[in-house]
Amino acid sequence: MMLNTVLPILLFAALALAVIGAMKRFAMWRRGRAAQVDWIGGLLAMPRRYMVDLHHVVARDKYIANTHVATAGGFVLAAVLAILVHGLGLHNRILGFTLLVATGLMFVGALFVAKRRLNPPARLSKGPWMRLPKSLLAFSASLFIATLPVAGILPAGFGGWLLAAILLLGIAWGVSELFFGMTWGGPMKHAFAGALHLAWHRRAERFGGGRSTGLKALDLDDPQTPLGVEKPKDFTWNQLLGFDACVQCGKCEAACPAFAAGQPLNPKKLIQDMVVGLAGGTDAKFAGSPYPGKKIGEHSGAPHLPIVSLDGKALVDAETLWSCTTCRACVEECPMMIEHVDAIVDMRRHLTLEKGATPNKGAEVLENLIATDNPGGFAPGGRLNWAADLDLPLMRDKQEADVLFWVGDGAFDMRNQRTLRALVKVLKAANVDFAVLGLEERDSGDVARRLGDEATFQQLAKRNISTLAQYRFNTIVSADPHSFHVLKNEYGAFGGDYSVLHHSTYIDQLISSGKLNLSQHQGASVTYHDPCYLGRYNGEYEAPRSVLKAIGIEVKEMQRSGFRSRCCGGGGGAPITDIPGKQRIPDMRMVDIKETGAEIVAVGCPQCTAMLEGVVEPRPQIKDIAELVAEALVETTATRPAQREAVEAV
Amino acid sequence: MQPSPMDTTALNVVALVSIGAHPTSGRPRRAEQDARAVELGLRLAGEAMQVVHAGDARQEALRGYLGMGIKQLHVLEQPAQADVLHALSDYLLDSDAQLILTGSQAETGEGSGMLPYLLAEQLGWPIVVGLAEVERIDHGIAHVLQALPRGQRRRLQVQMPFIASVDNAAPLARQSAFGPARRGELTVTAANVCPDQLFKEGQLQPARPRPKRLKVIKAKTGAERMKAATAKASGGGGQVLKDCSPTEGAEAIFKLLMDEGVLR
Repeated sequence: MMLNTVLPILLFAALALAVIGAMKRFAMWRRGRAAQVDWIGGLLAMPRRYMVDLHHVVARDKYIANTHVATAGGFVLAAVLAILVHGLGLHNRILGFTLLVATGLMFVGALFVAKRRLNPPARLSKGPWMRLPKSLLAFSASLFIATLPVAGILPAGFGGWLLAAILLLGIAWGVSELFFGMTWGGPMKHAFAGALHLAWHRRAERFGGGRSTGLKALDLDDPQTPLGVEKPKDFTWNQLLGFDACVQCGKCEAACPAFAAGQPLNPKKLIQDMVVGLAGGTDAKFAGSPYPGKKIGEHSGAPHLPIVSLDGKALVDAETLWSCTTCRACVEECPMMIEHVDAIVDMRRHLTLEKGATPNKGAEVLENLIATDNPGGFAPGGRLNWAADLDLPLMRDKQEADVLFWVGDGAFDMRNQRTLRALVKVLKAANVDFAVLGLEERDSGDVARRLGDEATFQQLAKRNISTLAQYRFNTIVSADPHSFHVLKNEYGAFGGDYSVLHHSTYIDQLISSGKLNLSQHQGASVTYHDPCYLGRYNGEYEAPRSVLKAIGIEVKEMQRSGFRSRCCGGGGGAPITDIPGKQRIPDMRMVDIKETGAEIVAVGCPQCTAMLEGVVEPRPQIKDIAELVAEALVETTATRPAQREAVEAV
Repeated sequence: MQPSPMDTTALNVVALVSIGAHPTSGRPRRAEQDARAVELGLRLAGEAMQVVHAGDARQEALRGYLGMGIKQLHVLEQPAQADVLHALSDYLLDSDAQLILTGSQAETGEGSGMLPYLLAEQLGWPIVVGLAEVERIDHGIAHVLQALPRGQRRRLQVQMPFIASVDNAAPLARQSAFGPARRGELTVTAANVCPDQLFKEGQLQPARPRPKRLKVIKAKTGAERMKAATAKASGGGGQVLKDCSPTEGAEAIFKLLMDEGVLR
């Protein structure tokens, strides 16, 4: 019987090709730098990461989640059974029936894949991806019919050689897409690379509900360590593996504020460019949306060639890298858990630390940070001028306090000073035992680090850590989510481990412990804008909302809020590098805000405040949560002695 | 605007650099104008240019210049309050330098701005003050643009070798990067030490801001204000002295100073 002889050959030949392809692909990844991974533990943890963590992200889109479960589940089962039944010739009826069910399931799933591809949204890549549903259908249908005789539903030899030939053709098409296409770079590569990427992920802490958002430190003590990524091979090998895992679903593209603003960045294209870089070639075959304003097919790269050329064209243009606001929306959306922001900052590090090519105001800001510890270049002695009349307790005098109030560089900004003063009012009203570092405080290093200047970041971090080490305190509270994030998640690598709270979280605690006497917010309707560095970076979505609720505000939620909040455009040094686009990110966010009809937008970040207030009026007012709470404070009368009055003698 | 590197790469350019101080924090840094001198040198001669500092090689701020992409910075070891003039002129006489670039005034130390002039005197070379751009060089003659107030430029021809000081009209210095700054080499040589007589005897005292002449705005309209802000400083009182004897010149200056009340 023709099928029985040819099918095993076909299946095993495809498997052999797949193994060869896998080895080639693995060698490509291993061109990257060494990375510490838990080889066995990662592989063992992989199924759970896949079924739980990855599915958790995919399940935000129910349609594709169910489709994927059916298609992928059906395929894996069908592939294993096909090898047993048709490859090894185990013509068992039960196995045959199970294989029929698996291929049937896969076929149904593939139909839904095909349906999504009928009129695909712009974020999806076309090209070979349009072929994939057909390959899935061909494979599942052919295998289904070829298995009918095994299950005893049809007599063996049914249909004669013509049907057998057609079935063989279908299965050959299927296995070339699904078996060795997986390792030779076809659309199914995502399954193979994705599984291994989950196993050997650079941030294994992200799985099991964890969070890992702090950037990885560069080892500056070892002069041999490359300062960032110049060539694709300068990435760690598991970063390269991560790029290869991309399914080109474009969820990142749909969430990216820079892409929406028409700046030359598309996270999906960037990851695909990295794939081009790791394998070598041009971007001509990319079948998705280009970087806005940049043509496809003009860029090329190879593992040993620089990614960015400052004089001409290489793999990626520098302005693409500088468009990113590091808002992490792409990482949050990515079902393959790829780390776009890490890659971008790695490449920025090379541009800043080796090439001295931080665009626009970048060089000036970095120079200011080095010379004055603040990005604006203000005289360091003026850091506490905003509180000249507040009589703030200094850590140097007190040595010890319950709360260390981290002021941040907003101290130099007149708008942010209002927020800071409001927060001081709240802290004083709650009788919090707090103190500030005053002139001993320096910039947290956030902007320097996002601009790629790891050296300046580490210098600032180490100095801040040694200052903090002199004093005793329980908690650091900051009104700046950027300082908050850096202190909480990025100082640990240099020996600074603190309990850090955003002011909204701390005020929430004060309210729930009854330390604040608050009235109700009057009048205006309010919406809340989640700062990226508080929300996506640190998972704090609840506290600000519960503080607002406590002062009687019912938040009119924006369409994009919580983990899907759209960036204000102020992160990652984007206002400093200022890459032009078609519109401004804060303007787009203001449209989101206006859609709610709110008259006030509550914020919790000096960057967001500055960016949103930069939108031309008329627009809703921007108020920090601290300001709203300070307005609602009820002056306690207990401290004032009862007023005595003269009484008329009768 | 950048001249083609073909004609100038073989040029032997030396930039003299000092330790600067940040205007608001006072922390040591690469001096702003000296860095512009290095920038101009890099545009002319590329990495082949020489950068020389007379002073203390342990100053970390010197690495700020290396970070601009210079492989090596030459340090003539000098104690803190020495007069570096002789060490520099000895070095430069032996160096085949064709163009020496300096800032106009140091940000630390005496900061008199006299060094380029004294150096030119010692070497017997011409000096161009406020160099903005080197347009081209042929047959040993440099065609340069000199910056004048209010954005004006004067085209000059100078026979090489010569000294030029740059001010804020010269192109902004490129960013100093950590990698090249760390890799760059500071080569130290001992040099003759000549104590600075003035520093020994004199006393330093904080500078008082120079009193500014009151600015009376007579302009009534925006256009007039614009004109006043951009026009050449004309003022009817000035006079141009040409081909006069030094005595006549000195007398004219003396009379002006008396009229202005600077001298009494």
